[in-house]
Amino acid sequence: MKRAGFAQPWLPILLLIPQLTIIMIFFYWPAGYAIQSSFYLQDPFGFGSSFVGFENYSDIFSSGEYRKVAWFTVVYTFLVTFLSLSLALLLAVKADKVIRGARTYRTLLMWVYAVAPPVAGLMGVMLFDQSAGPLTEFLGFFGWDFKLGVNYNDTATAMVVVAVWKQVPVNFIFFLSGLQSIPRSVREAAMIDNRSGTRRFWDITFPLLAPTAFFLLIINITYALFDTFGVIDTLVKGEPGNNPMTLVYKVFIDGFRGNDLGGSSAQSVVLMVLVLALTVFQFRLLERRIHYT
Amino acid sequence: MADIAETIATPKPAPTPKIKWEAVTDHAILIAGALFMLLPVLATFTTSSHDPVTIHREGLQLAIGDQMGTNFDKALFEKGGFTDNVNGITMLMNSFILGIGFAVGKIVIGMMAAYAIVYFRLRFATFAFWIIFTTLLLPLEVRILPSYEVIQSMGLTNTYTGLILPLIASATATFFFRQFFRSVPEELVEAARIDGAGPVKFFIDILIPLSRTMIAALFIIMFVFGWNQYLWPTLITTDENLFTLVRGIRQIIQVYSDGNSIPEYGQAMALAIIAMLPPVLIVVFFQNWFVKGLTESDK
Repeated sequence: MKRAGFAQPWLPILLLIPQLTIIMIFFYWPAGYAIQSSFYLQDPFGFGSSFVGFENYSDIFSSGEYRKVAWFTVVYTFLVTFLSLSLALLLAVKADKVIRGARTYRTLLMWVYAVAPPVAGLMGVMLFDQSAGPLTEFLGFFGWDFKLGVNYNDTATAMVVVAVWKQVPVNFIFFLSGLQSIPRSVREAAMIDNRSGTRRFWDITFPLLAPTAFFLLIINITYALFDTFGVIDTLVKGEPGNNPMTLVYKVFIDGFRGNDLGGSSAQSVVLMVLVLALTVFQFRLLERRIHYT
Repeated sequence: MADIAETIATPKPAPTPKIKWEAVTDHAILIAGALFMLLPVLATFTTSSHDPVTIHREGLQLAIGDQMGTNFDKALFEKGGFTDNVNGITMLMNSFILGIGFAVGKIVIGMMAAYAIVYFRLRFATFAFWIIFTTLLLPLEVRILPSYEVIQSMGLTNTYTGLILPLIASATATFFFRQFFRSVPEELVEAARIDGAGPVKFFIDILIPLSRTMIAALFIIMFVFGWNQYLWPTLITTDENLFTLVRGIRQIIQVYSDGNSIPEYGQAMALAIIAMLPPVLIVVFFQNWFVKGLTESDK
């Protein structure tokens, strides 16, 4: 709050009412409802529900399928985060370095930000199409019989490729802006001290980029967990079957296809706890950031 | 930094122009990256100019064919391609309604709330702050089924209200404007008060004009975010007249996976291009604002 604030008692409340109302109705009510229904078992035909305590939770954690999905989510998140971050870092370092065409490169590397995940997924479906997809043919050339939607690992590969493609621009923008905020004097001093570009990068640039990288790490984990829904849904063509899926996709499938409100809600609550843990982790990193800047 | 790199790379006065292999590698990497980003969309675009049989037999096309006009015409104006009773124009309209409605709603509500939190002495300010900022933690995807049940119980399925309002229920804009308002010099409020300006006048005549760039930046980000929504529109709109373009992509996929007849690939690709075009153009043309908004909102 500003020191010289206004003292009207009613105006700020009026200003806050729209935000608070929307949040109460569309955030806290559903969130509370999720927690409540995670303790109930719904009759599949809609005739009421009965209190079952922690049964929904114990069902989740003892389910082999849930563990399989959770494991896939971990691997998927790691791959998407790692690949899109390293690719974007490489491109940002180069884009920061070149003089000619820097602006053009920036535009060419960032515009994919605006492409919707399901549209990216649709392009993935075409590129990896089993009979005529150019990428399938390309991989077939190397003896890889790529079967999107049939082979578990092939589908997972396509999911990673499309998700990385979609996420590189965001990371690129942040890395480039981080690089450009490194003071000129620091760069010049580094130039004088060290002629090797690689060493300069790891000794000076990378530590100075660490706050951006930490921040992006969280952004990317959240992206891989939640925002890839459209990519996954299009690549498996709405039919998960035997295909890999993430935890968020399972919440959707169990809730809307399986009509299992209790189980789906319990999964939601598990995810909420996961996100909260991530946020706490992020705040601790933010504290560390202060030492760098 | 460029001139220094050059002087160090060539310490001796060597006027003969040498090929700088390092620069060549740099450009090669950047060009490869740009192609990686560009090629899938380019292939989609060129494919949208062919007839479905060619595409079905030979896959994505890299040359421009002669069916471009037909395909885009069908995608925009013909009902009953991938959906039964809605054409591309209606979906385009719905996408704009969702994108603009979401962005405007979020900005207006967020600015008001941020103004109240930053500029007023409020007893429960801290409490309000935490109530609002907890929403940053949990994306809609996490609480999707209960949200759907709540909206359904309110009878808001298949309405624009049910489509837009639940998406607004997070505090990104409030947080963004709070950060910005806090960076506005304190002297401005003091000067305004000395001149006898009340809180409403200060907000409308001073703070909003000052925030213009910020509003533009946030509008671009929020418009793209709203336009690209997929999961929520899929659940909440079963009436085809409310389909957005991105929601329409799901219909394409379903026709595609049925596999009974040859799908209208060309039309599907045309629809995908139409779905991409508005947000991409906005991001490209206003990229300075957009980059500023993106990198400053999350820090």
